[in-house]
Order: sequence, then C-alpha cells, then structure tokens
Amino acid sequence: MDVEITLQVNGVDRRLVVDTRTTLLDALRERLGLTGAKKGCDHGQCGACTMLLDGRRVNSCLALAVAHQGADVVTIEGLTPARGLHPPAGVPRPRRLPVRLLHPRPDLLGPGDAGRGPSGLAQCGRRRAARGDGAPARDGAASDDAASDGVVLDDDEIRERMSGNLCRCGAYANIVPAIAEYATAEHARK
Amino acid sequence: MRPFRYERPDDPLAAVALLADDPTATFLGGGTNLVDLMKLGVARPDVVVDVARLTGRAVETLPEGGVRIGAAMPNSDLAADPVIRHRYPVLSQALLAGASGQLRNLATTAGNLLQRTRCVYFQDVTTPCNKREPGSGCSAVDGWTRHHAVLGASQHCVATHPSDMAVAMAALDAVVQVQGARGPRRIPVVELHRLPGDEPQRDTSLEHGDLITSVDLPDLPVTARSHYAKVRDRASYAFALVSVAAVLDVHDGIVGHVHIALGGVAHKPWRATIAEDMLRGGPATTDAFRAAAVAELTRARPLPDNAFKVPLARNVLVSVLGHLTSSAGAGR
Ligand SMILES: Cc1cc2nc3c(=O)[nH]c(=O)nc-3n(C[C@H](O)[C@H](O)[C@H](O)COP(=O)(O)OP(=O)(O)OC[C@H]3O[C@@H](n4cnc5c(N)ncnc54)[C@H](O)[C@@H]3O)c2cc1C
Ligand code: SF4
Ligand code: FES
Repeated sequence: MDVEITLQVNGVDRRLVVDTRTTLLDALRERLGLTGAKKGCDHGQCGACTMLLDGRRVNSCLALAVAHQGADVVTIEGLTPARGLHPPAGVPRPRRLPVRLLHPRPDLLGPGDAGRGPSGLAQCGRRRAARGDGAPARDGAASDDAASDGVVLDDDEIRERMSGNLCRCGAYANIVPAIAEYATAEHARK
Repeated sequence: MRPFRYERPDDPLAAVALLADDPTATFLGGGTNLVDLMKLGVARPDVVVDVARLTGRAVETLPEGGVRIGAAMPNSDLAADPVIRHRYPVLSQALLAGASGQLRNLATTAGNLLQRTRCVYFQDVTTPCNKREPGSGCSAVDGWTRHHAVLGASQHCVATHPSDMAVAMAALDAVVQVQGARGPRRIPVVELHRLPGDEPQRDTSLEHGDLITSVDLPDLPVTARSHYAKVRDRASYAFALVSVAAVLDVHDGIVGHVHIALGGVAHKPWRATIAEDMLRGGPATTDAFRAAAVAELTRARPLPDNAFKVPLARNVLVSVLGHLTSSAGAGR
C-alpha cells in the first residue's frame, strides 16, 4: 500500500512515495541512493544499518519509513559538515576519529577517516555511521546524566556503548583507547 | 512481508476502536519486535496502528506517591530518567542490560512488556510451534532448549519471556494501565504475563485491542535498595540466560520489604514468592539467602540443555541479595 512521506535527509527535504512495508533503511538505500548505511542482518542484530533519527542512533532496518514521517535523518553521508572537517583540539590530524561519545550533534564528527590513522578505526563504511554517533548523550550504558551520576567513561563503559555494532573491525583492541582519547579531547574542547 | 494499511490515530480511543473492528490489526510501538516478526512471517497484520506518539513519553510523579511511566516512553529515556535512576535503580539497570543503545532508542515501554519470546522455533515458520500455530506441537520440547524455561512450563510450551525490563517491573509491583474497548482497567505486571498452560498462544491476560497507556510504580520504602543482575552468553547485547531483580529493605539485620523476580527461567517474570516469604522477618544472612534460593528453585523442572539454569539462578539470587546487604550496595 503506497503512501507519500517526507523526510529531512542529511539536511535536505525529500518527498517520496513508499509502500507501507518499506523500512527506513530500504527507503534511503533503494530510493534515495544513500548506501552508506548497510543491510547486515536486517533484524536488529548487527547495527550495520545505524542512522541518527531525530538525533539518536537507531537500527533503521526495524524502523518503518511511514512511521517516521517528517523525521530528521542523518546517515554516514551526512556527517561531513558543510564547513569542512576540523580536528578536535589536541588530537593530531591523522588520529582524528569518527566517534562522538559525548555530544549529541553529528556535525561535530570528523568523517573521512576510513582506514586512516594509526588507530585502525573505521575499517569499513558500515562501522563509521554506526560508531559515528557513538553513544549519544541520551543513552548508552550510562545514559544522559552520566556525568552527574559519576559514570566513568572507562574501557568497559566504552565497550558497552559500542556493543550495538557487531563487525569484525570491532575486534581491534586499539579502538577503545582511540575512543577514550577522542572523548577526552572533545571534553577538553567544551 | 504481507501488505498492510498504516494508521496513526491521534486519540487512544480511536486506536482501540481500530483494533476492535479488526482481529488482524495490531499496535505498533518502536517496531523493534513487531517489524522483525512481520519480516519473519510470524506476525501478519492487515492493519498496523501506530501508537508510538499516542500515549505519554515521560515519567510523572504521582500525588499519592510513586511514578507513572508513559507507555510510549523510549527505553533509553526511561533508563536515563533521574527519578528512575535514583528511586528505582533496578529498573534503569534492567533496561540498560537489554538490547543495544540503538534498539533502546526505538523501543517503547509497552512494546518492551509485550515483546514476544525469542524461542527459535517460534520465529521459524517452517517448524511446528503451539504458540504461533495452536495445536501444531512444540518443537522445543525435543529440540534445542538452552534458552528455555525451567519453571512453570507446560508440555505445550517451554518458552521464556525475554524482557529484562519486565523482570524489574515485576519486582517493583508495577501496575499496567490499560484502555480497552469496554473502558480502562489496571493490571499488575505480575498478572499481565501468563504461564503457557494449554494456551501458549496467549502471552498475556490482555484482550485483543487493549492499549497499554502507562505503567505505574508504587513508592518503595525510603531505605530499600534494589538491583538487577543478568547472566548471558556474552557480556552485552544478548538475552538473559538467567536474571534477578531484587528490592530489599533490612533494619537491624532483619529483612523487611523483600521482592524478588527471576528472568530467563519462565514464560513470565517469575516472582520468587517462596523465597520472599522465607526471608521476610528473618535474618539477612548469606545462609538465609541460600536457603531461600534453594527453596524457590525446588520447583524447577529443567530440560535437557538447560539444567545449568537451576544452580545459576540460585547463585545469582544469593549474590544479588548479598550485594544489596553489603556496603557496595549502599550507593543504590
Ligand atoms: C537483536 C535484539 C536484541 C535484543 N535484546 C534484548 C535484551 O537483551 N533484553 C530485552 O529485554 N529485550 C531485548 N530486545 C527486545 C527489545 O527490547 C524489544 O524489541 C522492544 O522492547 C520492543 O519495543 P517496541 O516499542 O519496539 O515494540 P514493538 O515491536 O513496536 O511492539 C511489540 C509488541 O507490543 C505491542 N504494543 C506496542 N505498544 C503497545 C501499546 N501501547 N499497547 C498495547 N500493545 C502494544 C505491539 O502490538 C507488539 O505486539 C532485543 C531485540 C533485538 C532485535
Ligand atoms: S517452546 Fe513455545 S514458542 Fe517455542 S516451539 Fe514450543 S510452543 Fe513454540
Ligand atoms: S541491518 Fe539493521 S541491525 Fe543488522
């Protein structure tokens, strides 16, 4: 059954007609040609399809497009800020990381880091959107009052916040220190 | 997936009426369980009624004490809510132990309560399953039973309820507010989910078209502590093998208020009433905790692949009660 919907995708209003069965993932990949978010399992089990929906990371394979009429959607393609990339203070450019653990705004990310830098972050595109939003301040293991409640962003906490993404590159031990380093730098910038 | 009509009414009564008119219509929350089951062919609604913006999405404190949680409140927001984290830590901990950050952002309170079993045969339409197709048989009874029930099962179904949140709510004596075709009513969470008996197709005591509008949590004694512990096959992003939610209040070494619920062991969150009755009014000692845990689990009837759940549940229960009486549990 076809319905017309509008979505704001990476800052641009898009109007499209979709079958009610279409997921947000399929709408963006198949209809809008945004293939940065991947279809891994299609059942909420891997995180490859992660997008920011109204500012929060979600598994777009389980979200019906029709149920998110009017939503603001950001995919990996939308993470490059219009003003270009900027490294966080104190982090040398080659180590700039596509992660954001402390801030809800996707435009604070530095994309374009795939496979670059000694950290080994972002082996594949699918990891980037997914980890790109990191754990927005409103959820993750610690949730949004993390700071006030004394939740420490230690290695276990970082791993827990990453656990919604199953990908072989998640096995690189250096990802955890890389996120910790980036989070500290981001925090210092505030 | 079968084609369906999508509706988004702007009034709860209209949503209830849409289901009353159509036995194949269903409510949609975040969709993280329903959409999955529709893809698998397990859920085949003709009409999907979106209620994700229809009921509350916040926690309110009630004038008579306690709090009211909006049915559409996302799991991540509920886990992060300062009142919940401060007064009902067991609930926040249970939510954060479930699923992943991405899923919790979509999932709603009502959808979490009403998520269906993760029994692999239930999810596979090519295998017999009494829950999916009454009378077809239970593939699990002679199948793979690692994740199945050890308490309260029947020969017709040995599935477990997968929700972590519901286990905490059972221990908190939460009450579900329901809007039905014949008016509103209240159902304690411990009476919401059913044991399978000879009607495993019925997960809950709700009738078709009953809309959950909120969940109320009563006040706890001010000095009570609460905690959730979950054991799973990997450290995160996995369903419980066994979990324990407990609320405990101890004065001068004597147990006062004690509520315990077990997850991963039954078709519903399992209130450990035998253990509670043994503990209440007695000494808060490890020996007493162990005796109560042993007594609770004497009713267990494990299946070939899940006998480990019985000692596991016992040990986790003792350890959670120990934690709540230790100085480490005092922060909560
Ligand atoms: C990979 C994966 C891992 C997971 N791991 C865990 C885990 O470890 N622990 C855990 O607890 N859960 C886990 N989950 C399950 C997850 O918590 C549920 O899918 C989620 O809570 C369901 O909420 P929802 O709003 O998306 O429900 P939906 O999928 O929208 O709906 C679920 C059911 O509730 C009904 N419903 C929704 N709202 C209402 C209402 N207001 N009134 C009446 N009926 C309603 C729907 O009709 C449907 O039958 C996992 C899920 C996935 C996919
Ligand atoms: S345990 Fe229940 S859900 Fe699983 S196959 Fe048997 S009847 Fe179906
Ligand atoms: S494709 Fe969505 S979680 Fe795997």
